[in-house]
Amino acid sequence: MMKNIGLIIELDNGKIKETNFGMITLAREKDTELFAVVMDADAASVKEDLESFGITKIVEVCLPKDRQSNPVVRAKAIIKVIKTYNICAIFGLSTAMGKDLLPRIAALLEAPLVMDCYAVDLEQNLVKTSQYSGKTIATIKITGDVLVFGVRPNAVEPVKAQASARIWILKLDETSLVSKGFRVIKTSEVDESTNINLAEADVIIAGGRGMKNGDNFTLLSKCAEKLTAAVGASRVAVDSGWVPYSMQVGQTGEKVSPLVYIACGISGSIQHFAGMKTSGMVIAINTDKNSAIMSNCDYYVKADALEIIPELTKLLEND
Amino acid sequence: MQLYICVKHVPDSAANITIVEKNRIDENLTFLLNPYDEHAVTEAVRIKDNLPGSEIIAVCLGKDDAEKTLRSALAMGADRGLLIASDKNHDSIETAQALKAAIEQDGNPGLIFTGKESIDAEGMQTMFRIGALFDFPVATNVVRLDIESGRAVVDSALSGGTANTYELSFPCVIGAGRGLNTPRYPTFPDVVKSKKKPVKKIAFPDLKIEPSTAGMNIVELEPLLQSRDPKEITGDAGEIAETIMRILKDEAKVI
Repeated sequence: MMKNIGLIIELDNGKIKETNFGMITLAREKDTELFAVVMDADAASVKEDLESFGITKIVEVCLPKDRQSNPVVRAKAIIKVIKTYNICAIFGLSTAMGKDLLPRIAALLEAPLVMDCYAVDLEQNLVKTSQYSGKTIATIKITGDVLVFGVRPNAVEPVKAQASARIWILKLDETSLVSKGFRVIKTSEVDESTNINLAEADVIIAGGRGMKNGDNFTLLSKCAEKLTAAVGASRVAVDSGWVPYSMQVGQTGEKVSPLVYIACGISGSIQHFAGMKTSGMVIAINTDKNSAIMSNCDYYVKADALEIIPELTKLLEND
Repeated sequence: MQLYICVKHVPDSAANITIVEKNRIDENLTFLLNPYDEHAVTEAVRIKDNLPGSEIIAVCLGKDDAEKTLRSALAMGADRGLLIASDKNHDSIETAQALKAAIEQDGNPGLIFTGKESIDAEGMQTMFRIGALFDFPVATNVVRLDIESGRAVVDSALSGGTANTYELSFPCVIGAGRGLNTPRYPTFPDVVKSKKKPVKKIAFPDLKIEPSTAGMNIVELEPLLQSRDPKEITGDAGEIAETIMRILKDEAKVI
C-alpha cells in the first residue's frame, strides 16, 4: 500500500538547507509518496530543488507573519497537514529548530518520536539512533498511527531521484493558530556570513586545552573562514572561559557529524567523542602522542596545533 | 509555588557500557543525577530564594536504586522526593504519563522542570509530553529564566549562541539547558541533611496509567565500534600543512 510521508523542509534565507536532501533520501522508500511541507517560502521557488530528490507533492503552509516563528503554531500547522493528507510518518531535521518542533508534534499526537536518527525502515517500523553518549546504537521498534522522526543532520548522503511535483496551498483557520499561554517575544536573527552552524557544517575545526587561551582561537577561525568550516571547542576550552558554551562539541554540547573534524589540542575524552564520533574523517593535532584522540582518528599529527594551523591557513589563502 | 523537578537516574557518561540480553545494559555501574537536571534543581532553588514559601519536589521514575539520584537532588536543595518505583524500562510516553500522574496526585505545580534531555536515552521529548498531558506551555533548552509579573520569560537556545525569547504563563514546563546556571554542588552538611528529607515511594502500577497504543521499544543495542585506523602525518609544520591540505582536497574532497 502506498504510504504518505511528510518532510518538514528547513530553509535558510529562502533557500533549502543542503541537509534536507539527506533527510529526503532517507525517507524515500518504495511505495512512498513524498510530501514536502514548506512553511517559510513560496513552494514555487523551491519546487525544482525538491523535485530533483523525488518529491511529488509540495504543501505550502501559509502562516501569518506574526506567528511564523511560533513553534506551537508551527506544530499545530504540521498536525493539520498530517490530518489533511493522511500522512503516516513525518520527518524533520534534528536541528535546534527541529528539537523545538518535532517533540511538540509528537506530544500533541501522542505519537512515537525518535530524535537524531540516521536509519529508518518504514516497512518494519524500525529506526536507529545512538544512545548512552554515543557508545551504543539502539534499534527502536515504534508503534503508532503517526510516526515522527528527527533526522541527524549530515548523517545521510543525499542521492538524487528526479520527479515532478504538484503544489498545494494549505490555508489555516484561526483555531489552528492559537498558542495557549505561549508567546514569542523575540526570535534570534540568524548570524549571516560569519557563523557557520556547528551541527550542519561540513568541516569543523575544534580547539581544546592545547589552544592555551581564548585569543588563539582566532587562529582557528581564520583557517575556518578559508575552509568554510565551523569552529568548535572541547569542554575544557569552554569551562576555562576561552570561548562561549555554544561552541562546545560533546556529551553536554553539540553533537556533530561533519565530513571532516580537525581536533586541535583536544585530548579526546569519552564525553568529547560522544559529540563527534560519527564524523566522517577525524584529523587530530596534539603534542601528546598518548592522548586518546591520537589512537582513535584517521590521521594524527604529533605537533603543536598553534604552529600547524597558521601554516594551513597560509596554504589555503594561496590556493 | 510548588516547583516540581523531574530527575533521571543515568549511567555516568564516563562509564563503559556492556550490553546484556540484546537490548539492555548491564546496570552494575555508577549512576548519577542526569547533568541537565542539575541545572533544573539549581534554578528551582534560585526561584525559591526569591519566592519564599515555595516548595521544591524532585520526582523520579526508576528502579529502587534511583533513590540515590533523588537524594542528590535533595542535597542540592530540593525539599522532598517522590520515587515512582518500577523494575521496567519505560519509553518517554509512559514516563511522561507516570510523572504527570504522580505530580497531579501530589500537589499543584506552578513550574515543572526537566533537563533538556537525558544523557542515556537522549530522547529530548519528555518535557513536551508532560506539557501536552497537562495542557501547559513548554520551552526547552532554556538558558535564561526570569519571572516577570507572574509569567516566565525564557531564552530557548539555538545553535551558534543565539536564542529565541518566549513568554510562558504559569503553570509551565521548562527543559533546562546547560547555560542556565552553574550547578550548586552540595556541601557535606547538605548531604547529611538530605538523608533526613522525606522520599515517598509510589509503585508504578498504583498510578493506574492507561496504556498508550503508541510506543517506542528498544529491540537491540549494539556497541558503536570505532573502526578508525590512525595514520601519522610527519614532517615540519609546512610539510604537515601541505599533507593535510592534500588530504582535505583529494581524500575528503571538502576543498
